[in-house]
Amino acid sequence: MIAIVDYNAGNLTSVGRALEHIGYSYIITSNPQKIMDASKIIFPGVGAAGTAMKNIKSLGLDKALISAFEIKKPILGICLGSQIIMSESKENNQKCLGIMEGYTKSFSENTGLKIPHMGWNGINIEQKHPIFAGLKKDEEFYFVHGFYPLPKNRKHIFATTDYGIKFPSVVGDGSLIATQFHIEKSGKAGLEMLLNFCKWNPS
Amino acid sequence: MISKRIIPCLDVREGRVTKGIKFQNNIDIGDPVALAQFYYNEGADELVFYDIAASYQKRGIIKEIVRETASKIFIPFSVGGGIRTIEDIRNVLLAGAEKVSVNSAAVTNPEIISMGAEAFGSQCIVLGMDVKQVEPCEKNPSGYEIVINGGRKYTGIDALEWAKKAEKLGAGEICLNSIDADGTKEGYEIKLTSLIASNVKIPVIASGGAGNPEHLYEAFTKGDADAALIASMTHYGTYTIKEIKAYLTSKGVKVRSMI
Repeated sequence: MIAIVDYNAGNLTSVGRALEHIGYSYIITSNPQKIMDASKIIFPGVGAAGTAMKNIKSLGLDKALISAFEIKKPILGICLGSQIIMSESKENNQKCLGIMEGYTKSFSENTGLKIPHMGWNGINIEQKHPIFAGLKKDEEFYFVHGFYPLPKNRKHIFATTDYGIKFPSVVGDGSLIATQFHIEKSGKAGLEMLLNFCKWNPS
Repeated sequence: MISKRIIPCLDVREGRVTKGIKFQNNIDIGDPVALAQFYYNEGADELVFYDIAASYQKRGIIKEIVRETASKIFIPFSVGGGIRTIEDIRNVLLAGAEKVSVNSAAVTNPEIISMGAEAFGSQCIVLGMDVKQVEPCEKNPSGYEIVINGGRKYTGIDALEWAKKAEKLGAGEICLNSIDADGTKEGYEIKLTSLIASNVKIPVIASGGAGNPEHLYEAFTKGDADAALIASMTHYGTYTIKEIKAYLTSKGVKVRSMI
């Protein structure tokens, strides 16, 4: 069973519907024990880092997520989920989960580009990962965000995306992989990536 | 770099798509869910359902359509038409829509934008603007005025001022519909599109007047739009999304290709 982590950060049913579509069962839960019992964890979310961290802590989900990572349970972060895993967010200068060393940074204001970065954009694969299996070159994914994760260690960056600058759009470490884009709203390429995660057995 | 989005708009009246859509394929031409799936497979980047319910009692139907669509297509889609309260917003988002567009209700009660953005995030609040060209005057320095109730009622609000205000209130995107261009198939109102798009930081969707792929090219280049709404040009099978995207690609506009 796959657990979708519920911490009052937006509509989680879309991730559930995507899982259902590719034939995987899931639960949406904010119960730390149920999250520890799941075979895999999906950690989605939209909104601001400050509120999200407050909710995560009050539900006791911070400890569950950190332990799940330590025992190498497969975790997929999506959007805000790819930011909250970092040590710190520059959004409200919020201390975050610290599963990955680094911080969450905002796009700078004066590039002439629209913020948030909203729409379809491609990814440059920087390192091979099972989650990219079978993806064709030039596939695009759906993004909606004003901040992005910036890992301290380059080896945690699996893909980047160009938007004025080149920012990390897929980060990972061990059994953790996280996409800044909405994998569940990225058409067939997104579903393929989600299926890759469902089949993934990190050793 | 980010792609320009092409967004088919489906007008739904009491559960059926109106405008007598003619497809060559064997699909139920009035079924919104089937059409949404058709456009999803065709390479649409996003979809809009516009609810033209005849009465309040019939409003529930759109929720069912949204729920069913959300389990079959995996791209963002929004719902507009008749959204008046935070509860209306919550209902369509919970049913599975990604975004909600508010139009007349935001003019009479701008707080719905800020309250919606606070409760659900700016990314899901789209401001729908219906605009008519008027003589520039003190009240309407831009020469464009906001109209509501399907274009029947002038509000005395300047379109540019309203766009800027909505951005401040927390709208995540603007769907900019020119009532003058709507239905003409002679092209988007480029001057209006460019005026609004260059004065706000949030994305702007051009709407009204699309008749051929060149019109989208103009909206994306001269108009500086981030996305373009289309309806009859693909509903009637005159063009496919693939053809539109091939044209735009050949002209150097970046769009998401279906691989």
